[in-house]
Amino acid sequence: MTQKTVTETVETKTGGSAKRWRIPRHVIVFLAPAVIIYTLFMVYPLIDSLRLSLYSDEGLFVGLDNIRELFPGGNLSSSFWNALRNNFVFFAFHFFVQNPIGLLIAVLLTQPGLRGRGAYRTLIFGPTLLSVVIVGFIWQLILSPLWGLVETPLLGKTATALPTLSLMSVWQYIGIPMMFFYATLVGIPEDLLEAARVDGATGWKIFWKITFPLLLPMIGIISIITYIANLNAFDLIYSVQGALAGPEFSTDIMGTLFYRSFFGQQLQIGSTAVGATVATAMFVVILIGVLVYLFGFQRRVTTYEL
Amino acid sequence: MTSLTKDRDLRAHGRRKPRMSIVGIHVGLILYTLLAMGPILLIIMNSFKSRRAIFDSPFSFPNSETFSLEGYETAFDRAAFERYFLNSIVVTVASIFLVVIFGAMAAHALAEYRFPGNTLMGLYLAVGVMIPIRLGTVSILKLMVNLNLVNTHISLILVYTAMGLPLAVFILSQFFRQVPRDLKDAARIDGAGEYKVFWLAMPLIRPGLAAVAVFTMLPVWNDLWFPLILAPGESTKTVTLGVQVFLGQFVSDWQAVLAALTLAMVPVLILYVIFSRQMLRGIMSGAIK
Repeated sequence: MTQKTVTETVETKTGGSAKRWRIPRHVIVFLAPAVIIYTLFMVYPLIDSLRLSLYSDEGLFVGLDNIRELFPGGNLSSSFWNALRNNFVFFAFHFFVQNPIGLLIAVLLTQPGLRGRGAYRTLIFGPTLLSVVIVGFIWQLILSPLWGLVETPLLGKTATALPTLSLMSVWQYIGIPMMFFYATLVGIPEDLLEAARVDGATGWKIFWKITFPLLLPMIGIISIITYIANLNAFDLIYSVQGALAGPEFSTDIMGTLFYRSFFGQQLQIGSTAVGATVATAMFVVILIGVLVYLFGFQRRVTTYEL
Repeated sequence: MTSLTKDRDLRAHGRRKPRMSIVGIHVGLILYTLLAMGPILLIIMNSFKSRRAIFDSPFSFPNSETFSLEGYETAFDRAAFERYFLNSIVVTVASIFLVVIFGAMAAHALAEYRFPGNTLMGLYLAVGVMIPIRLGTVSILKLMVNLNLVNTHISLILVYTAMGLPLAVFILSQFFRQVPRDLKDAARIDGAGEYKVFWLAMPLIRPGLAAVAVFTMLPVWNDLWFPLILAPGESTKTVTLGVQVFLGQFVSDWQAVLAALTLAMVPVLILYVIFSRQMLRGIMSGAIK
């Protein structure tokens, strides 16, 4: 009796698994379009770009020779490290200015008894919708000494150009952290805050002890989104300073370096191999950031189910 | 629904016992709103002024003396903005459509069926959320040259669809998981096939579809990189590239530059004013997922 049931279970199991290894046709139909387009126009080009960084423009396999050019002694070394450093400065402005201000606005917007929060939200999010090209030109005009609203040519000096461009980008994208934080804050149950209040906690204490820990996972998500977006930023610098990212490459970031090395500019001839090499380097830098986020942050931070 | 009730609770509660000075909050928010909208208004306002007035009195509204449409005349004479807009609309609408439909199909398959490799497939598609498609540009251009698709809308639509799909699948599969199982099983008992079940579930995840549409639309409409590389021809230029090229050529003609900027912004801002509620809700529901 028992014996029989066991064999039966085993049979159904093996029968089931044999069946399970066949994917039903409707599942294939559902998945196929997305998987094909995604594979062909995203995954394949990414892998192929990584592969191309191992070849010369003539198609000869050169191993890590191209990559070596990025390191001290190589032809690309100074421009690569300059662009990378600038890119981290660009990111630092977003991390330390955009995200805290976005959070502050979201906190203000969720204060009880506030009227007109819809209007504020809509207006403050406005610039985020605009194309980077437009934002770049708006600020270029406003900051132009020709117009005279600002006396110093902030975009023309090596010391101020990069901070100015970073703040232009911060101005545009502040709406993103604002909305994400707003969505999280609205989701915190009022009872929780009320309970803390009853226990005698004050505004600041409630924020640091209750709200902030609940916001931490979102802070992580916004930071990694910002990091990835910043590391392949291009449009703003290209529109405002051109592909040469002047003055004297002081605003050159990975995106503009990638563009120049692939398409060439002025005396420099474009090269598939160098373009692919810079893309590979960007890939590695982004990957490191993502890994730091996944293992250094996300694993350690507690997510509370509310 | 829940957030609405919560908003109301917050408000009701605040009336009894305000904890932070409401006036102070308004002052802070108004200041930031001015910072956000001021530059945009300054550009729009000055685009309707004569060259002299732009420089003499940048902060005053145009009046009968200073009013001028010269900038708009130059912009329309020298660049085909109508065509650029049309190109952008074609590319954006087609990309949104493909991302939403293909993304929903794949998300439904991942959320609904257990099949070998389900988790792996989910991971495979999700990786694209983290990696910017721009890094593959060298090979994308080679591929488009081989497929003879350079300077076509199709090249842009394909790339943007591939770019939008990972996030779409990720967000939509969360939404599909919340569609009640009973409902789908009831349909199956009534004899509905799997494709029918999918179409029945679609209307139930409308907020998710809206979120995906918004998340797809913005980067596509505003992108400069791929139009510049894949479709820079005059007949396929999108509005972002068109404006960029125009502005580069007419830098010194301030009236024309201000007019072109206004032309590029206003349709987007009008759409935003009309749909802001839906768009922001879409972003929020996407953010929470």
